[in-house]
Amino acid sequence: MSLQETKPMTGRVEEVGGRVSLADYETGGGYAGARRALREMSPEEVIELVRESDLKGRGGAGFPTGMKWSFAKDEPPTPGSKYLVCNADEMEPGTFKDRYLLEYNPHLLIEGMIIGAYAIQADRAYVFLRGEYHEPYKHLTQAIQDAHRKGYLGSSIFSTGYSLDLRVHLSGGRYICGEETALLNALEGKRAQPRSKPPYPPASGAWGRPTIVNNVETFCNVPSILRNGAQWYKNLGVTEDAGTKLYGVSGRVNKPGLWELPMGTPIREIIDIHAQGMREGYQLRGVLPGGASTDFLVEEHFDLPMDYKTIQSAGSRMGTGTMILMDDSICPVDMCRNLEHFFAQESCGFCTPCREGIPWVEELLTEIESGNGKEGDLEILDQQAAYIGGPGNTFCLHAPGAMEPLQSALKYFREDFVEHIRTGKCPYRKGRD
Amino acid sequence: MATLSIDGVEYEVEEGVNLLHAVLSQRLDLPYFCWHPSLGSVGACRQCAVIEYAGPDDDRGRLQMACMTSVSDGMQVSVNAPQAADFRSSVIEWLMENHPHDCPVCEEGGECHLQDMTVMTGHSERRFRGRKRTWRNQNLGPFIGHEMNRCITCYRCVRFYGDYAGGNDLSAFGSRGRMFFGRFEDGTLESEFSGNLVEVCPTGVFTDKPFSSLYTRKWDLQTAPSICPGCAVGCNTFPSERYGKLRRITNRYHGELNGYFLCDRGRFGSHFVNHEDRIQHVGIAGNDGVFEYGDQNKAIACVAKELGAGANLIGIGSPRASFEANFALRELVGRENYCAGIKDSELDTLAESIEVLRQGGFAVPSLDQVEKCDAILVLGEDISNTAPRFALAVRQATRIVSFELAGDAGIPVWQDAGVRGHAQHTRNPLFIATPATTRLDDIASRLMSGSVSQLAELAHTIAEGIESDPAGDEFANSAARSLRDAKAPLIVTGSSLESPDLVRGAARIARALQRVGCESHLAIIPPEVNSFGSTLLDGGILLSDALSRMAAGGSAIVLENDLYRRAGSDLVDEALAAGNCFTIDSLATTTMSKSECVFPAAAYVEQTGTFVNYELRAQRFFQVFQPTGEIQPSWMWLSAIARASGRSEMAWSSLGALVQACAKTTFPTIASVAPTAEFRLEDGSKIPRQTHRYSGRTAMHADVNVHEPKTSVDTETPFSYSMEGLNPGNQNGATIPYSWSPGWNSNQSVFKFQQEVGGHLAGGDPGVKLIEVPRSCSEDADAERPQGSPSSTVDNASFALVPIHLVFGSDELSSYSWPIAKRTPVPFVLLSQIDAQRLGLQAGMGVKVAGGKESVEVGIDARLAPGLLGVPTGIVDWIETQETQVELEHDVDFVSTSKSDSDVIAKG
Repeated sequence: MSLQETKPMTGRVEEVGGRVSLADYETGGGYAGARRALREMSPEEVIELVRESDLKGRGGAGFPTGMKWSFAKDEPPTPGSKYLVCNADEMEPGTFKDRYLLEYNPHLLIEGMIIGAYAIQADRAYVFLRGEYHEPYKHLTQAIQDAHRKGYLGSSIFSTGYSLDLRVHLSGGRYICGEETALLNALEGKRAQPRSKPPYPPASGAWGRPTIVNNVETFCNVPSILRNGAQWYKNLGVTEDAGTKLYGVSGRVNKPGLWELPMGTPIREIIDIHAQGMREGYQLRGVLPGGASTDFLVEEHFDLPMDYKTIQSAGSRMGTGTMILMDDSICPVDMCRNLEHFFAQESCGFCTPCREGIPWVEELLTEIESGNGKEGDLEILDQQAAYIGGPGNTFCLHAPGAMEPLQSALKYFREDFVEHIRTGKCPYRKGRD
Repeated sequence: MATLSIDGVEYEVEEGVNLLHAVLSQRLDLPYFCWHPSLGSVGACRQCAVIEYAGPDDDRGRLQMACMTSVSDGMQVSVNAPQAADFRSSVIEWLMENHPHDCPVCEEGGECHLQDMTVMTGHSERRFRGRKRTWRNQNLGPFIGHEMNRCITCYRCVRFYGDYAGGNDLSAFGSRGRMFFGRFEDGTLESEFSGNLVEVCPTGVFTDKPFSSLYTRKWDLQTAPSICPGCAVGCNTFPSERYGKLRRITNRYHGELNGYFLCDRGRFGSHFVNHEDRIQHVGIAGNDGVFEYGDQNKAIACVAKELGAGANLIGIGSPRASFEANFALRELVGRENYCAGIKDSELDTLAESIEVLRQGGFAVPSLDQVEKCDAILVLGEDISNTAPRFALAVRQATRIVSFELAGDAGIPVWQDAGVRGHAQHTRNPLFIATPATTRLDDIASRLMSGSVSQLAELAHTIAEGIESDPAGDEFANSAARSLRDAKAPLIVTGSSLESPDLVRGAARIARALQRVGCESHLAIIPPEVNSFGSTLLDGGILLSDALSRMAAGGSAIVLENDLYRRAGSDLVDEALAAGNCFTIDSLATTTMSKSECVFPAAAYVEQTGTFVNYELRAQRFFQVFQPTGEIQPSWMWLSAIARASGRSEMAWSSLGALVQACAKTTFPTIASVAPTAEFRLEDGSKIPRQTHRYSGRTAMHADVNVHEPKTSVDTETPFSYSMEGLNPGNQNGATIPYSWSPGWNSNQSVFKFQQEVGGHLAGGDPGVKLIEVPRSCSEDADAERPQGSPSSTVDNASFALVPIHLVFGSDELSSYSWPIAKRTPVPFVLLSQIDAQRLGLQAGMGVKVAGGKESVEVGIDARLAPGLLGVPTGIVDWIETQETQVELEHDVDFVSTSKSDSDVIAKG
């Protein structure tokens, strides 16, 4: 099997040995999927194929992509009547998978978006790009220009009569823009705060029109499905979930990085084989499996396969699939404090529990970490984690996400919290004092 | 209807409303902040959490925000469940992390929704150990104080100010726990609805600045139901008093008129009551023109003498005086000697308006009906300045389509952000044809400018377009089409342009629409609070006749009127020089200074009476406090004069007797506008003007006398001057003295007085229509197109004058109110860009009538047609008649004196 058949997203990058230009991309069979979709298939057939492939959203929620697309197809297409949006606002701490795709294989995203836009019959698509992604911006806009020049974007793509205007919007910043409705507000030029759902974007999204928002990696899975079929795609996964996944590891491992692996590759295999294990003298204590807003997994979970369902049943979420490792030199209280500082900073300020609750949590963690914790603080933390993190208690999922690492740390590393309060100091500080 | 079980008790509620609305409509308590009945739900504060159960077997339930949950039949919820109550208490705890404990020095204290909700949830112990966030506040101008540290980030201010009222200079800034609500820099808030921020804010961030300068706790304020004298909408208000001074005006809920909001003229325009030039005593002018005060009987005798045998005493009434006072004057001098006190050309327009209303052929909408009109034509009248609250209703009406679109997309109509986001800029048709720019232009589908006669012509073209086929210009055709396609079209016009033709034209459109099957609506906005009341009294003589008779030596009683605002100063000078003038008024006007005798009249808050609004709705305003000195209601002076002149049948001993006489002679319904003095609650008590916590009665006058003064007995109204009695909430809607309910000290308590949240008052919305306007009328009523083509005004030499009405400055009484005076622009005129260029003029330069002395500032209006000169009413008195043409010259020595506060809103 060729590299591209086992690694449909990054195989061509490895073959080329660097950034994939339009010529490289086409030589490797690029744009054949889009050509096939537009020339040989109806929009309904494209959606059906994607549905059969069992592709799930790679942004973190894992919603079936084909089903999402089908929500927007009913509306009759008139110019400007629907939008396709790529969520490239990759701001999850520890996550850098979309960046890799945008920088190294931008045509894969463009092709995926052409197929998606055709499937829902949108004539305008946006890439909402993280504001700090200057490099990806450069490569993506160059790729869009190149594709335009070849007639793969713009009017009558592949001479089929189907037209698509694809634009890049560079975000003004803020983590919350990764929440799809906040993203849409930001795209409209409004405050980046999430919208109440319903209405969901496929019913009323950008500028009140039906809108489909997908993650970069999701779109990048689509071209190969069109080329190789749904069954091939399903077979790529080693567990129930289909396809490949970009898994990443950051932390004190020998080789931090990013790998395209079959969906369902076990955690230990990713860490021990691909990241080449922990650096000498460090013991792995916990893993945030899919970014900062997921619950810690610990030793008992490390043999689990990384797929949506398994990680969910272990009490966490696969999220973006890019793990952050906590080793035995890291103070769990301090790590939580650092994370909660981030989440408090990035709250949009709309609803009370998130706006006022997370800073309180941060304040408490700061006190505990610095040795000023008081009896009863853990009970307040437990209560706050439950009230801020409870389903439906907040306006969007930012605050519940923020509580995931905390509530799991309180469960798995409670001794550390207790020790801080009991001794009035941080036991991990000795090296630093 | 749906059956909703709340904590095991079943209620019949409306299906599809949000759960918070349903709970409050049952008058149950459920804390909330960000939701507002007029603003809908956004789900920001998370305060109204309840537990919703999936079914009878579900004993755990799910926490839900009531404001974001649709009510469905068979729904089971719990407000009291411990999980919900704990969460609500936790929300207050979060909000209190940063909220200062400054209640004792906060203006909101005692009527603070946040205080109420804090007590209601039971949160009392502070666990947060961090520092409180602080802000630098902004100077937001003369109306609104700003104290951001108190902010609980409910977003209501920006949702009201921007989304609801269309303002664009108040925003949410920042993010996370550092949300700031204010302007991008210090400066006066531009919107004429800024005062509502004080009531919309659930705590003390936005405060009433004039009130702060003369501050009293709500519980120490004496209040009574009143009517705003600022314009002809007739918004219901609560004026408040302490120590003989008017302290503030707040909104009094009226389900059909003002709802929850007032304009800033209404809220800040009543401080004229405390004006230092209020005269306190009866005065008789000496030979040197200086008044001698104190001899009441001599002054009364002086007037009574003129009423002797063969009397020819003229009575000049006023559209700002009560219906009863005008009636008393008319009775005293006789119809043939009575004049409404309105400029001839304006009276002509008002009389035509009444005629149009009598004939009918359409409905006259209340403001809640305006909000249901799906296509609107504003013809001639700049309602954003002459009737701002009406304009606010028009703004809401253009959102009807957004609710329809939302309905189609499955978005509940109360889900505010969803509805707005889905509809984007889609609005119902709004056509505005006015001489100059208005503050509704931003939401208009089409705009047209023109001279008064061109606008009257336009009306007939549109009417013809509805009757047959559109054959006018783009504006006329598209207006005709949109109005005809609407279910409930509305035509709005008014008398500020003093054109009976315009009124007839507007009526013709409305009738044409009714005939093609629409539910047609017409609103004619008169200029002053009781303009229609005065007109309905059917004055015998014109003002010009009255002035000529005075100039010929006739004497006149002038009732609450400054003749210099009604006619050219030459004419008035001449009349006052030759004839004796006896003035009854509350303010020291120019007319008063030239009178023989002056009688100090009660301001509207110091008396009880009736005003008639644009719908011909008569509404009673009640005495809030007793005036000082010799001040008394005008009708009492007139009664005293009648008594002294031996006309005992007109010497009314009480307001009740006067109202009865009024009802007998004019409109019988006037007697039933509001309950009389005999009214008692079920338990026999009167309704108190003072709250049950009213304090310091024994100390209030301690500097004078340690004895507690005897409480005055009110023999004129259902109210008492004390704290004894009840304000149950379900009494007649016209008799609610203040909004308060146990646990609800703030204005949010109003839901306890309503049939359902945002609906009619439990005891009925106040007011009685004096004339029922017939829905249909014969075609004979229709006016013909006025003869002669509209005069083309483009004549390089001269300008036709067109009156420009300003919300701050054009109205007489409010211009004496100091906060309004701070927002009143310096004298200016408006020119079109083309004319300004032609004359080499720029905004801020000086200009005067050729050969004249007084220079005024030049303003440029983007919509004014060339050849027209906009002259602000009440600020520049150049207008004699419509036909006046003037020539202008540049005053090179002019120095602009614009004040920043008043520049903010001035020119539309």
